[in-house]
Amino acid sequence: MSDEHAPATPPAAAETASEPTDRQHLLRIGIIWIVLSLIAMPLVYFVWGPHFPPGNGSDQAASQQHDNAVLATIAVPVFLFIWVYLGYALVNWRIRSDTPVSELPDGPPVRGHIGFQTTWLIVTSLTVLSLFVYGTAELVKTSGAGTGSGGAPIWTPAGYSSNLTKSKLLQVQVIGQQWRWTFRYPQYGGVETSQLLLPVGQAVQFNVTSLDVIHSFWAIDLGVKADANPGNNNIAFVTPNRLQLINIRCAELCGIYHGSMATNGQVVSHADFDRWIVTQVVLHARLIPQLPPYEDYYLPQTDGGYYDPGTNPLPPVDTGLAPPSPTPSSGQ
Amino acid sequence: MATDITAGATVRAGGEPADPAATTNGSWWAHPNIAYGVVGAAAGYALGHWFGNWLANGFQQIQGMGQNDYAVVLGYLGGTIGWLAGIGAVTYPLLKLLGYQATAQHETKRSLRSYFGYTLDHKVVGVQYLAAMLVYFFVGGMFALAIRTELLSPTNHLLPPGKYLEVVGEHGTMMMMMMTSAVIGPFGNFFVPLMIGSRKMAYPRLEALSFWITPAAFVVLLSGVLLGGFPTGWTGYAPLSIEATQGQDSYLVAFGLITISMIIGGFNIIATIINYRAPGMTWTRLPLFVWAMLVTAMLMVLAAPVLAMAGYFSILDRTVQTALFDVNHGGSPYLWQNLFWFFGHPEVYILALPGFGIALELLPVFARKPAFAYRTVVAGMVGVGLLSWFVWQHHLFVSGINPDMRPVVMLTTELISIPTGIVFLGAVGTLWRAKLRLTVPMLFVLGGLFNFLIGGVSGVFLSDVPTDTIAHGSFFVMAHFHYTIMGGYMFFFFGAVYYWVPKMLGRRLNTRLGKVHFWTLFVFFNSTFLPLFAVGELGQPRRVFEYAASLQTLNIWVSISAYLIGLSMLVFIFNFLKSTVIDDPTPIETNPWGSRGLEWMTSTPVSANNFDHIPEVVSGPYDYGTGAGPMATIGAPGAAVPVSAAGQPGEVV
Amino acid sequence: MSRPARATAVAVAAVAVVAVAVGVFIYLIAYPPTVAAASTGSGEANITLQTVPAYGLEPHPTWVSYMIKNQSGQWEHTTMFQVPAHSLVHFTIYQFDTGSPLRNPFMNEVSGTVGGVEILNGQPTRIVDGAAGNGIGHSFAIPAMNVSVVLPGVDPNAKNPCSTPAPCSTSFDHNEVQFTIRTGAPGTFVWQCFVPCALGYPLGFGGPMSTLGYMNGFMKVVA
Repeated sequence: MSDEHAPATPPAAAETASEPTDRQHLLRIGIIWIVLSLIAMPLVYFVWGPHFPPGNGSDQAASQQHDNAVLATIAVPVFLFIWVYLGYALVNWRIRSDTPVSELPDGPPVRGHIGFQTTWLIVTSLTVLSLFVYGTAELVKTSGAGTGSGGAPIWTPAGYSSNLTKSKLLQVQVIGQQWRWTFRYPQYGGVETSQLLLPVGQAVQFNVTSLDVIHSFWAIDLGVKADANPGNNNIAFVTPNRLQLINIRCAELCGIYHGSMATNGQVVSHADFDRWIVTQVVLHARLIPQLPPYEDYYLPQTDGGYYDPGTNPLPPVDTGLAPPSPTPSSGQ
Repeated sequence: MATDITAGATVRAGGEPADPAATTNGSWWAHPNIAYGVVGAAAGYALGHWFGNWLANGFQQIQGMGQNDYAVVLGYLGGTIGWLAGIGAVTYPLLKLLGYQATAQHETKRSLRSYFGYTLDHKVVGVQYLAAMLVYFFVGGMFALAIRTELLSPTNHLLPPGKYLEVVGEHGTMMMMMMTSAVIGPFGNFFVPLMIGSRKMAYPRLEALSFWITPAAFVVLLSGVLLGGFPTGWTGYAPLSIEATQGQDSYLVAFGLITISMIIGGFNIIATIINYRAPGMTWTRLPLFVWAMLVTAMLMVLAAPVLAMAGYFSILDRTVQTALFDVNHGGSPYLWQNLFWFFGHPEVYILALPGFGIALELLPVFARKPAFAYRTVVAGMVGVGLLSWFVWQHHLFVSGINPDMRPVVMLTTELISIPTGIVFLGAVGTLWRAKLRLTVPMLFVLGGLFNFLIGGVSGVFLSDVPTDTIAHGSFFVMAHFHYTIMGGYMFFFFGAVYYWVPKMLGRRLNTRLGKVHFWTLFVFFNSTFLPLFAVGELGQPRRVFEYAASLQTLNIWVSISAYLIGLSMLVFIFNFLKSTVIDDPTPIETNPWGSRGLEWMTSTPVSANNFDHIPEVVSGPYDYGTGAGPMATIGAPGAAVPVSAAGQPGEVV
Repeated sequence: MSRPARATAVAVAAVAVVAVAVGVFIYLIAYPPTVAAASTGSGEANITLQTVPAYGLEPHPTWVSYMIKNQSGQWEHTTMFQVPAHSLVHFTIYQFDTGSPLRNPFMNEVSGTVGGVEILNGQPTRIVDGAAGNGIGHSFAIPAMNVSVVLPGVDPNAKNPCSTPAPCSTSFDHNEVQFTIRTGAPGTFVWQCFVPCALGYPLGFGGPMSTLGYMNGFMKVVA
């Protein structure tokens, strides 16, 4: 990396006294860049930031909104540097594009510049590494809680326990199937509902699974996205912090009606939620015994129906081949 | 005929025939061509289809489904083998096997017909690739217009949902799969030997094979529409792919064929660059485009087999009922995702790196300055290639796989921004106090850099898990990769077309139409894809035909802009066809752009052997303003160099 | 080739490409026909459907399928139908297929209908255990309206199963289900079966379950 200036040769177009020096070019570009950045960065962070998706409908969403604002603010000077530089180059360093080849002047033979290259590498590396540190810190704290973290998440909110009976979080199992969402509340007798209701201010643990292909549970306003995988449990956490409508869409292509696999949930007050869930249990009193016992996942059977791995052996697979007939010869 | 296989008659280029032994000059099977290829394809398909039916027709499962995937897969494979046999891919080895002294004769007179044959001339292969890639691109583009038409309304569905997904899958797969070699195919094959001072490529027959597989894959992929299409999009996730109907087989087989093409083409490029450099063409004088081709080819050779295996597993699951992706019988839905993205992430760098190579190659020419920070930029390209293997889990951040690995993958993904940024370092430095000519190729390079910056920075939002939560699986991702791959790679591709067609085809594309093409494409591209960042963040997932009513205005804007992109492409098509096919050829300078590159020191059209004598390279391609003379002396008898340690065969094979 | 000849050749090729593209586009926008529900008075409409174990005709003779009876009394092979907005729509479904358990027994229970029940062979029924008896043959659900009814299966050992190409006449063994839903504002609603009834496809949701015109379709609510 030891490129240096090539030996100076008299350039075709001699530098006249009116032509700006390197330093002047640099200063101009730098000043334009810094001024624009100083204007744009606060605008992005303070004016636009509070309106970024996914909004602040939950602690997780608010934290992700803030992360979006931070990243966007850091992106501003990156964009501006290249745009200002390109604009400056196009204004100041152009010659006619139809100049005949024999008359083409050459630019200064600058093969590299240690200072510039080193500064660039250091600045990009520092930026990138601090983004990594920031991203990890946010992942470990609130923001990342809304992402699907598998069946045994490491960074969990207070009150989490892998033992459902000890958990202080409201457990909601999200079941994705081609092509609708249903929800089970194990702490309320394992009742299954077609609508998602959550009490405001309550820490919730989503246990997302699928009965067939891969779906993805995206509760847009809550900042939750967790893939629904068959035979797997995918846990995400959220604490909704105001009454609102929850838009839920499927975010992983799951077949022809992937686009219509959407529903609305609601965040309601604690009293409304308690009333609702009790009503659901009563309404579905005859259904609940017909549902399989609550499990982290339900292996899809190839011929339909639920399969509880804990109780039944796997059904035999029908291959369509006739069983081998017994052969008369021995020597098997 | 591009190559006449005259058994027993060894012929040297421009020389006299040796004593003929038994000749097969008149035999039909010694003169393969496209017509035989089509016949072979039909026959091969019929044979494979029959064989598949014979294997599996009695199975109860097949009878229940009413479709036989064995027949479809084996039919496609048989058709491909028949096609390749018909066009002559196996004629030479077969004749050798049977004891004929088959030799290939370089064509002394290149005719239009040679462009439709199985040729050993890398320049002809390059032109074939260019025509094919343009066809694949525009077919894929038409599918995109169908998608945008459907998305005009969230409730009025012009396309039934199954057909919509067919179109989505065909568009994505056509672009991501068929266009993988869009730069390395035409420009890599045509120009790498010229740029390194070689008269041929290392494996000309393999090079031709890598091209001729692509029309077969194209037909296989498109025929999926007749079979009901595939519902998985280009990512082919299991278990949806296992549950799909026959169209999925066309996706899997087409992808498998393209991986073979990638591997073969990659090997050829690597061997050529390493072994066939002219004397004096040291690694530090190698053009940046060639470096990009080298790193890309390494990635192709290493990544494509993984996809081939993943596709093979899917075919097995679909036909012989293995359970690799079936969680009910010990398989895992995560397996496909891991295999696919282990290929998939290097794949996007297989797309990006040639684009970078074009940009870095063209900038010095139109800035009249040396390439800034050459060695750093090379290190950057190699770094991108190396790091691309360690980042694939960022496609799986919300899937529940290995949540503890996410910080590590965040780190590697963030780190890959550094070498990618080095490309911009090179561009910025090269533009410093330059003598910029805004020719059409330069416009595309600058536009591509502008677009790629947006695409790259949006990637940072996806590499951070918290911000990825909103963006994953939404139109934000769509906008990100369209900005990098279409706004970056395809803009650079068009820049290369305008730049190199004068050398490849001896025709100059009309400049005014080229500028119209650039400006309309640039404006409408940004107007199409910039709003999609917002559409995604506001809650529209990918591949949907219904979305929130509040997003309809944005979608209508995007769709109209997309049609305008189509119009812009029509300008290009008109310009290209008029300049290259319709208009009479006019004399053209051998170096219209004033480039120092070695490829521009050849004649136009390039002679069959590229260089009359092996050039001896004395300076680099980017020594603008240093007072250095031409890169090498070409054509002077005194400059002839015999075969050297670089292994440069002087005569025809 | 001379210049005019080349130009003509390119023009002909361009026209051919456009023709193919138009042809493909026409293929892509082809829907099965839409059947209009028969209006029986202000604010009410009737519609009749059936589910058959094997459609019997190309292109997919082995696939299960829905069919809809149009206003002339003919059975059409389609899953697109049209009902009036803000009305009571009375459904009658004849179910001819054998049954199995549901992938998700949540849908054993009827939901979204007027009265919360379906009339199964004349009996108001709220819930059918798919794991017992003859199981559930097919279901009819409109997820966006939270409508779901189950169509129980016929006895696999029955003497008189429907085995001819569709449509099946009611002289064969079948279950008859009737229910009423109330439509709201105009819109287009996806409806589908939720029984994994695609024989031979893994998970039972491929093939006819994933193809418009067989086990899923659109209900257009029009003003």
